This record gives sequence, C-alpha cells and structure tokens, in this order.
Amino acid sequence: MTEPDGHDELETQFAQWRQYAERRPELRKADTEELEDHLRGSVDELTGLGLRADEAFLVAVKRMGGLDDLSREFAREHSERLWKQLVLTGEEDGSGPDTRSRRDMLAMVVCAAGAAVSVKVPELAGIGFDDDGGFYGRNIALFTLPWLASLLAWRRQAGRGVIGALLGLFALGALAANVYPLAESSQSVVLTAIHVPLALWFVVGLAYVSDDVRSSRRRMDFIRFTGEWFVYLALIAAGGGVLTAFVFGTFEAIGISPEDAIGQWLVPCGGVAAVVVAGWLVEAKQSVVENMAPVLARLFTPLFAVVLIAFLVAFGWTGEGIDIEREALILFDLLLAVVLGLLLYSLSARDPLAPPGVFDRLQLLLVVSALVIDVLVLLEITGRITEYGTTPNKAAALGENVILLANLAWSAWLMLGFVRRRTPFAALERWQTGYLPVYAGWAWVVALAFPSVFGYL
Amino acid sequence: MKVTKDLVAASATPMVLGILAEGESYGYAILRRISELSGGELDWTEGLLYPLLHRLERLGHVESSWQSVKGERRRKYYRLTDSGVAELAEQRRQWATVVEALKQVWPGGGTLSAIPLEGMA
Repeated sequence: MTEPDGHDELETQFAQWRQYAERRPELRKADTEELEDHLRGSVDELTGLGLRADEAFLVAVKRMGGLDDLSREFAREHSERLWKQLVLTGEEDGSGPDTRSRRDMLAMVVCAAGAAVSVKVPELAGIGFDDDGGFYGRNIALFTLPWLASLLAWRRQAGRGVIGALLGLFALGALAANVYPLAESSQSVVLTAIHVPLALWFVVGLAYVSDDVRSSRRRMDFIRFTGEWFVYLALIAAGGGVLTAFVFGTFEAIGISPEDAIGQWLVPCGGVAAVVVAGWLVEAKQSVVENMAPVLARLFTPLFAVVLIAFLVAFGWTGEGIDIEREALILFDLLLAVVLGLLLYSLSARDPLAPPGVFDRLQLLLVVSALVIDVLVLLEITGRITEYGTTPNKAAALGENVILLANLAWSAWLMLGFVRRRTPFAALERWQTGYLPVYAGWAWVVALAFPSVFGYL
Repeated sequence: MKVTKDLVAASATPMVLGILAEGESYGYAILRRISELSGGELDWTEGLLYPLLHRLERLGHVESSWQSVKGERRRKYYRLTDSGVAELAEQRRQWATVVEALKQVWPGGGTLSAIPLEGMA
C-alpha cells in the first residue's frame, strides 16, 4: 500500500467516525472536533510506533471506548443538551454567528412589524375597531397572511411568476372580502369571514411550496407547517393572554386604565404579529424540536376512534333518528375535519417505508366509523334541504361535507389496500397532497361566488 | 497493580489542575502526561477527562481557546485561571491532610498482616 492511499483511507474513516459522533445529541460539534483531535493524536503516535494507518485508527478508536459510554459521561456534565433547545442565536461554537438565521430573524421582524402597522392603517381612514368590527372580521387575513407569505417567499427566493400569482391572489382576496354589499347580520358575511382566510391560507401554501410547486413532498411539508404553525400560534396566544392580564392588573393598580392601550394596540398589533412570528418559529425550529401536531394526532386517534364507535353502538341500540338541528351539519363537518386532521398528521410523521401496523388499522377504523356517521347525517339532512329550500350556510356546509366525505372515502379505500399490503403508502400521501387544491378551490368559490349567487343574503 | 476507579475519580480534579499549572495544554497531551506521571498505572478514559475539563471550564477554574495546528485542524487548549489556581491550592491542602493521616496509620511502610481480634485467638 502506498502512503497517499493509506492517508485517503484514513480520512474516510475519520469522516465516517465524525458523522457517527455528530449524530449524538450529547455531543456538540465542538466536542466532536475535540475528540477527533484526540483520536488523531492517538493515531499519530501509533503510526510513529510503526503501525499502519488503518490499524492505528482501529486501535485508537478502540482505546477511546464506545461512543455510548462516552456520550453518557458527556450527558452527565451537559444534561441540558438532552432537552433540545430552539436556538435563536445559533450555536455558540466559535464558528461565528450564523448569518443566515440572523437575516431570517431580521426579515421576520420586518414582516411582523409590517403586519402590526397594517392593522392600524384603516384607522387613519376613520375605520375604528369599535365602530366597524365587521370590516376587521372580513379582512383579518389580509392584515396577516400577505406578510407571512412574503416572509416565506423571501426565504425561498420565489420566482417572478410566483410573486405575481401571490399578489394577484391576495388582491382577489381583498376584493372578495370588500366589494359585496353584505349586511352586518347576513349569513354571507360570516361565510366570507371564514372562507377568505381559508382561501388565503392556501395562497400562503403557494408561497411555502414556491421553490417546487408540483412536488408532493413539499405539499406534505406545507401540511406539517400548518399543524406546527397552529400549535405555536396557540402557545403564543396563551402567553399573550398572560401578558395582557399583567398589563391590565399592574396599570390598574396605579390608577391608570389600560383598557384602550390593550384593546386598540396590544391585542390587535400583537395578534397579527403573532401570525408571522409563529410561521417564522416553525421555519427556524423545523429540525430542532419534535413536531407537536403528529404527537397530538397519535394521542387522540385512539380516543376519537373509541368515541365514534361508542356513538355508533349507542345509535344502533336506541334506534332513535339523529335529531338534526340547524347547527348539526356544521358539527359533523367539524368532526370530519378533525378526523381528516388526525389522519393527515399521522401520515405526515409516518415513515413511508414502514410496514402497516396496529396503528394503521386503528386509523382505518376511525375513518370508516366517521364515514358511517356522516352518511347517516347526510341522509337525514338532504331531505331537510329539499323540503325547506337552501340557504348560503346550508349550501356551504353541505359542499364542505361532500368534499371531506369524498376525501375520506377514497382515503379509507387506499388505507384498506395499504393494510392488506396491496397499495403502497405513497399512494395515500399523494392522494392527500393532490387533494389540497380542491379545498382551496371550494374556499374561493364560497368567498367569491356565494354572495351574488344567494343574492347577498 | 491498577488504581481503582473510585480513587482515579477522586484524584481527577487535582491531577488535571496540577498538570495545567505546568502550562496550557490540550486533552490528548493531558492524558499522555497522566500516563507518564503514573507509569501507566492510572487508568484514565476520554469519558472522564473531557467532561471534567468542561465542568472545570463551567466552574471558571480553567478557560479554553481554539488554536489551529498543522493543516486544517483546530485544537482546544485549556489554561488555568486565577480561580483555578486557588482551587488547586485548596485541593493540595486537602490531599496533604489525607496523605499525612495515612502516613501515620501506615508506619514504616513494611509488610502488613491481619491482627486477630482479641479473645478469638
């Protein structure tokens, strides 16, 4: 063996060892570097004694002892490392500040501040929070989501075509929210307030996948992003509630009434900024913290399955029909949405190559029982609609029900195939990601077409 | 004869502080020095040394800096701080007490034999 060959081989071995060691959460990059230096010192000494490079490496590694023991000792000194931290300032390992994450943070601050300013701009035109709550209800998504989309598009360096599409879609959203002459008390105004944000969330999705619009994997990432964003937003909202309570309590105690400051500034500006901050947090922590949405999905899938089956059993036992109240259809829509969410977030965290297991069967059971319940409800309700005529609310709820039902029915079919090892898991994933435009389309239809179709009811 | 693990662990801090008192050094060299000083009888592992160095750094007894050595490599050097010097002095006092006491119960250093309990002979 010639000397350079031995050297190259040694470097590969070191590279492998480094890779292996860096996977340990207990060992930071600096530690691996320090240990590698140690290993190299040991190898140098052994080759000096006449060992060949590969022999020296083996002996040196053997002397150092197993990485398991080593990491255990490190963990005793650095127990905090086992609690994965969301590092906001980059790891302080002497490699200099992480410019990328710093620039991201700056962009986030700009976007969050933009959102906070934009929500106060209408006031200059005389539209106050107190006088025109409806205006803010319809437009809330327009004060927040364009900023979040800009942050994402900036991070992904979206092309001109995508940026143009984003601008156009947000403009369309602004039209849908504001051009129709809808009365404060009409059904359509509520539908608009719900569906414009939904439609625009999918525009955020477009910004999210802007580096590869057609990729199924990127769309799945957007689904993950949505779940995590929601979890973070809820956490920030809880923190914001505590902050608000303290502002109120402390200022009240010294005789200053902070109600205006809270109602006019803290809550609206903080709320819209939180939407951007939550999105940035999800992007920043992606690989640092375990995703919460799949954990919640795993936790609640068995519980929901039990509840739904219990409901079906009780329903069969009593033999009573389902008492369809006005709100019932919306309730069952939400049920389907929850079941779909459980399904999606379990899928999002699943190893696509793992064979079907007990959990997949449980999930199939959950989806099938939700389908059975929903069919029972639909049978009941279509009768009512044909009897009493339709309203925007009923039409929207019915449309959503049909869309979710179609998705879940085909999902159940694919899952059955998967559990019986006939269909690959990827088919299920592709079905879900391919279906996303359907939700977006329906949200746009309700937001844009319903008001005029139903005569601004 | 190998020194037991407990004794190695107990003497670890004064040993490292003492070696660093000779001048700044790095992990591998410290292990070499320990082996040299004890004629190979003190069985130190990397799992003992590096976490200990990090702990001493956290406590402020030593400070570290990365210096580049030949080629691309960087090496982490450790050096004693003022607080480390004080700690070493304190450790030396304690060890002196222990050694002094042991010397008194082990007079002469000759061979030892078990003394039977009274009344059991």
